[in-house]
Parts: sequence; structure tokens; C-alpha cells
Amino acid sequence: MIEIGLIVRALLRNKIGALLIALQIALTMTIMVNAIFMIQDRQSQMQRDSGLDEANTFYLTNTVFGKDYNLQAEMQTDLNIIRKTPGVIDAIQINAIPLSGGGWSMALQHEPGDDKDTIGSALYMVDDHAINTLGVELIAGSNFAPEDIEWRASGQSTWPSKTIITKAFAEQLYPDNWETALGKTFYISQNQPMQVIGIMKTLQAPWNGWGGVERSMLVPFQMESQSSYYFIRTESGRRDELMPIIEKTLAERNKERIIRRVTTLEETRKRSYRRHNATNKILTTVVITLTLITGFGIVGLAIFSINRRTKQIGTRRAIGATQWQIMRYFLVENFLISCVGVVIGIAGAIALNMWLVKTFNLTPIGFELIVFGAVALFIVGQLAVLYPAKKAALIPPATATRTV
Amino acid sequence: MFNYYLRLARISILKHWGLSLLMILAIGLGIGATMTTVTVNYLMSANPIPHKSEQLYYVQLDSWDVNDPFDEGQNPPDQLTYTDSTNLMKAKKAFRQNVQAQAYAVIEPNDPEILPMIVNARANSADFFAMFDVPFIYGNAWSNQADDNKELVVVLNKETNEKIFGGKNSVGESIRIDGNVFQVVGVIDHWQPKPRFYDITTGAFNETEEIFVPFNLIAEEKVRRSGNTNCWKPSGDGFEAFLASECIWTQFWVELKTEQDKDDYLNFLNAYVEEQKQYGRFLRPIDNRLSTVTQWLENQEVVADDARMMMTMSFMFLVVCLLNTVGLLLAKFLGKAPEIGLRQALGASKSTLFFQYIIEAGCIGIAGGLLGLFFAFWGLIGIETLYGDYMQNLATLDFNMMLLAIAISFFATIIAGIYPTWRACKVQPSHQLKSQ
Repeated sequence: MIEIGLIVRALLRNKIGALLIALQIALTMTIMVNAIFMIQDRQSQMQRDSGLDEANTFYLTNTVFGKDYNLQAEMQTDLNIIRKTPGVIDAIQINAIPLSGGGWSMALQHEPGDDKDTIGSALYMVDDHAINTLGVELIAGSNFAPEDIEWRASGQSTWPSKTIITKAFAEQLYPDNWETALGKTFYISQNQPMQVIGIMKTLQAPWNGWGGVERSMLVPFQMESQSSYYFIRTESGRRDELMPIIEKTLAERNKERIIRRVTTLEETRKRSYRRHNATNKILTTVVITLTLITGFGIVGLAIFSINRRTKQIGTRRAIGATQWQIMRYFLVENFLISCVGVVIGIAGAIALNMWLVKTFNLTPIGFELIVFGAVALFIVGQLAVLYPAKKAALIPPATATRTV
Repeated sequence: MFNYYLRLARISILKHWGLSLLMILAIGLGIGATMTTVTVNYLMSANPIPHKSEQLYYVQLDSWDVNDPFDEGQNPPDQLTYTDSTNLMKAKKAFRQNVQAQAYAVIEPNDPEILPMIVNARANSADFFAMFDVPFIYGNAWSNQADDNKELVVVLNKETNEKIFGGKNSVGESIRIDGNVFQVVGVIDHWQPKPRFYDITTGAFNETEEIFVPFNLIAEEKVRRSGNTNCWKPSGDGFEAFLASECIWTQFWVELKTEQDKDDYLNFLNAYVEEQKQYGRFLRPIDNRLSTVTQWLENQEVVADDARMMMTMSFMFLVVCLLNTVGLLLAKFLGKAPEIGLRQALGASKSTLFFQYIIEAGCIGIAGGLLGLFFAFWGLIGIETLYGDYMQNLATLDFNMMLLAIAISFFATIIAGIYPTWRACKVQPSHQLKSQ
């Protein structure tokens, strides 16, 4: 039988020491559970699919400063040159880059009018090459036809009459059956009709922290603008080799503009989630260090209490206790302390989570994480006490006969 | 006596070096983590212009959609329409006033060897420089007349002056910006308020701009604006229509000397909105606000959630480390019971014993604090590398923070040491002596 009653009585004689360990375990669990929860939350955000062919895509900014620059003709020539470059799959001009943090949003509504409910979405101005260049999958309807594409003057307030939207956006417009959105006419800018001619599987908005990040729409616009992005998709594995070639070709073709910020989409993703990544690394470090500190704290205290009880342990051995029984005594003692710690820890973890939910709008924590935290701390406690307990078990029975 | 106790502490710390190291390491890690996060929070919430922060006011007017209020009706819009800010500018009712927006420009240097470059620009009024105490190396701000006459003038920052003019006094020189010839009127010294309070709509910790140009040139289409634009009502075609629209994209600051001036200005704003209501604008109830720099930074929640969350976590982390220290000190001091009994029997009073052990705890605390500073130093470097731009200008160990670190760890360890010391001093000498 396990001498629980005996251990409890011994513990009660040194309440404070045991309580300190229990509190330490409790706080460690509180922090650990919440930190892991936050790590998981960020991890799942980072794993969302952007819908793009990220590995083979890059973009650059084309900024025109020349006074007599034919924006329309020059852009068409640029795009033709890029599209004809060997290794390039396709290229477009676009007003914003997914995940980059900067972009344009507009809202659609079911009926025209200035007091109707609207649903916001990211808006990308592109031509009929967009589906191919972005690498998005069209799951219903059709792509824009070349004659759908219109020129958009700077500051123009009218919109084209066609659009392609993401499935997530369609689901928001028709929660019961997203496919109904296909072919329907909605209103943009309060009263301009716009028909959904296609639905894409996924295309993320430029803002990864936005609740509607899965909602985007393509509109058939070519911008007559002094600054815009060229978005380029290459054949697999040829991106890095083509980036400097295209930059050089464009820069040398017309010197009345600046080609800058030639960036891969992978870099953009990295930048976009840099804070997530950083916070996760820091939280991981915190959890690991904290566990180590608590573990070593337990080791230190156990060694001390064993040193103080050398004589008693010797006596127990002398009157017949086996080595395993001595070890078991300390393992059980630690288990009991851990129990108290974990119970307080569960309460603490939930309390901290409630505070985080209230202050930072996090979601409530899952039950399985709390169970995980409890199990983890029991294991840490047992592992930490293992070495001191082994040492205790090796105390020879003869110690009992010696004075200190 | 004090030196004697220090020597005893040293002997005791070295004797149980494993345990002492564990305590010092735990305190060091706790202090290091806390200092790192406290420093980031401290710098994020710093007052960027302490001597004037209560005289500079950010202006907000509620010009938003009556059906769908801005920020769910909790705050008025964070920027002003072009119409309103130019009207307020013309009224000149404040001691100083500044309308501004973010812009960008292409500079074509006269020297053909230097390639054209894109720079971040701020389009602002003449008063900007005096209001925000911008330091000049050469020349001065442009005049209010230059604003009114829409003169093509520019103020460069130090780095841009270095790039284009090799750092010499360039006042009076001309440079080509977006195809127009501008005259340099001033060069400012390095200036980086943290947070960059004058425009937090585009990032509270961004770099200050490379060039400064008159705001009125935006309407002349000689300067290209950037930054955030937010619209609730469709506008007509073209730039004129955009300027006249209800889109918000300008920021407006005023400098008011006294509380009375502030009240007067608020009355003026209310009267202005009443007047605008006659033109069918401002359909929402009047909600005009004047926020001081500190109020504005607080309202816009400049201190990032991540930073606050980490600070909370790191304080809890410190508590764990201190609990650890209390436990270990307790074990250590109780282990000394025979020694304490002996000393008491030889005549040491309880207060001298208490003093001796508190000194030992304090030594561990200071050692832990120093180690903590070392960890905080690396922690801040780590934060800067991990977060990049977002934490730039924020990860530097401040002298006040260093003192704070040592003080916190010293007092925390003393407090952690009180209970174990008290327990140790309660040892019964007779009992201890008998068992030997």
C-alpha cells in the first residue's frame, strides 16, 4: 500500500515549503496553458491558404515620374514584354498585393440605396490574365473576357459591371447556398450594379488581421495610374533567376520611371506574419524556460529535504524498507504536491484566459489544452524528483547507526 | 560588521554554489524577461514631446455616415475631410495650426550620376515645424505666406541633404521633385519622436519623413498624397470631386496656450459644425474633440496588445522565479539550523542573525539583477531581430530601466528572503545543540 496518510502528515509539518512548490506549479501551468493557446491561435492563422502560387510569384512597383508619359501604351508594352519572357507563365498589373497590408476595400449590397446593409471585401483591379497569374482556382462561372477590361482613370468613381468573387464572399452574401451568388447582380458604391460572373476557391485580402480576410473580389480594370504593381508568375523554380532579368529589362526600356521593391510573395508572407512568428518564438521560449525553472526548483528543494532527512531515511531502510519504497515515498509526495498545484493551476489558467478574452478579444481556451497542461506538469514534477529520489534510495541503512 | 556579514554571505553562497546559481539564474531570467517587456511598453507609452504635450491638440469632427457611425459610434473619425481641414486652416482661430497628410515624391537630382529616388514626404503647413519643435541645421521653416501662395518650397531631412547635396548648406538650392523645381528653404537635424505622435494613422513608430512640402501643393497636384483614405459616401469623378468629397485623409493639429483657449476653440468648432449642418453635412449629433498628445496616443491604443500581453506574462514569470527563490532560500536557511543554534548560544541576537541572512538574500538579488540586465540586453536585441520594423526604435535599454531592474531584483529578493530568514531565526538553540 502507498503510505499516503503518512506523507500527508509529514507534508503538513512543512506546509510552506510544499505550498511554495504547489504555487509555482500552479503559476507555471497558468502561463503554459495560455501561452500554448496563443501559439496555436497564431499558428492556425499562419497556415491559412492565400490561394496564390506563392512559391513561383513575385511583384514589383512601377512608379512613373516623367511628364509626357503614355501610361496606357507603356503599360501594355511592359506587360507584353514580361509575358513573352521565357519562363514567365503570366503577368498582370494589380492595385494591391495579397497579405501585404495595404489595399483597397469596397462593399457590396443586395439592393441599391444609401441605408442598406453592406458586406465589405478586398478589391483587386486586374485584367483577364488574373486567374492564371494569381494561380487561383475558378470553381464556378467564367473568367473575364478581354473586352470586359476597362481603363480606370485616376480618381474615377464608376465601376465595371462584372466581378469575380471568392467563395467565402459568396457564402457571406448567400449564407444558405453560396452557388446562388453566381450570375446575381449586387450594388457597389451604394447604387452601381455589378454582376458576379465567377467564383474563386480562395484568394486572401491584403490584411491578415482582418476578420474578412477570405473575402476578395476581382474587377476588370486596368489602371491609368502613375504607380502600380506588376504581379508576375513564373514556371516552377525559375522565379529567382527571372527577377533581376525582368527588373533590368523594364528599367532600361523606359527611364522616365522607377522600378523598385522587386519582392517575392514568400518574403511578403514572412513580413506579413513576422509579428505572429516573433510572438510565437518568444512565447515558446517563455514556456520552456518556465518549465525548466520550475523543474530545477523542485530538484533543488527535494535534494534539500532529502539531505535533512538522511538519518530518517537510513532508519527506514534499517527497519526493512526497500529502495523502491524510499523512492516511491518521494514520488508520491511530489504527486500530492502537484495535485494541489494543478488544481490551483486549472483555476488560474481559466482566470487568466478570461482576462485575456476580455482585454484582448481572444477566444476562450479549449478543455483539452487544460488537460494537456495538467498532464505535462505531473510529468515534469515526477521527472524532476526522480534524480533526488534515486539518491535517497541509495542512502545506506547503516546511516541510522551514525550520529551526524 | 557589514563587511563581516558580506564575507559570511560569500562563504555561504559559494558553499552551496549549485543552489545559489539556481537562485541567481532564476531571478536573472525573471528580471530579464520583465525588463525586456517593461522597456518595450515604457518606450511605446512614452510622451514624445513632454514640455508641450498638453498644449498640442488633435482635432476630430464627426462628419461620418448618419446610418453607420464611425467606429460604431464610440469615437469620431480619426482624420478630417479636406473641406473641413482647409476651412479650419483659413479660420486661423488657434495660436498655431497645421493641416497635414502623408505623401511621396520622386526626386531627380541635378547631378546625373545620382539616380532618381523615391522619398517619403509629409505635406504640412508652415506651423508644423514650430508646433512640434523640429530642430533645424540650416535655414528655417517656410512662411505662412508661402503656404497661402502655394510656393514650391521644401525642407529636407539631414539624410536626404547628405544624399543630394553631400551635407552642405543647401538653403537656396533648387531640386526637381515630380517634374517641378522646388527651392530648399531648410534642412532639419535628425528628428525621431517616439511614438511618431504627429501621424499615427500610418504607424506610430514609423520613421519621420525625408522631405516636407506645403500641404496646399496637394490640391495643385504638384505633390502626390499617400496614407490612409476612408470614405463613406461615393464621390464624383476626378480629383476636384475627391477633394470636395466626404472622404477623410487629412490630420489637423492646433496649438492652444491655455485652458481658456481650448474652450474657445471647442466652441468655435461646434459653431463651425452647426454652420456646416445648413449645407446638409454633419448629420450626426455634434461630437467634436480636442485631444492632447497623451490623450490621443491613449485613444489610438498606441501600446500594442502583444506588448501588453507579454508584459503581463513576464510579470507572472517573475513571480514564479521569486517563488522559486523563496522555496530555495527557505530550504537553505532551514538547513543551517544547527549553525544558527550555535551562534545564538554564543550570544548572537535575533536581529543580528536576521540582518546577516537578509544581506545574504540581498547579495543573491543583486547578482540576479545584474544577470537580469544582461538577459534584458539580449532580450531586446532578440525582440528587435524577431519583430523587425515593428519594434524598431523601441528596443534600447534605457538608464532608468537599468536602475529599475537592479532595484526590483534587490527588493524582490529581500522580500522573498524575509520569510525564510524569519523562520531561520526562530530556531531553538537548545534543541539544535542537543541534537549535535
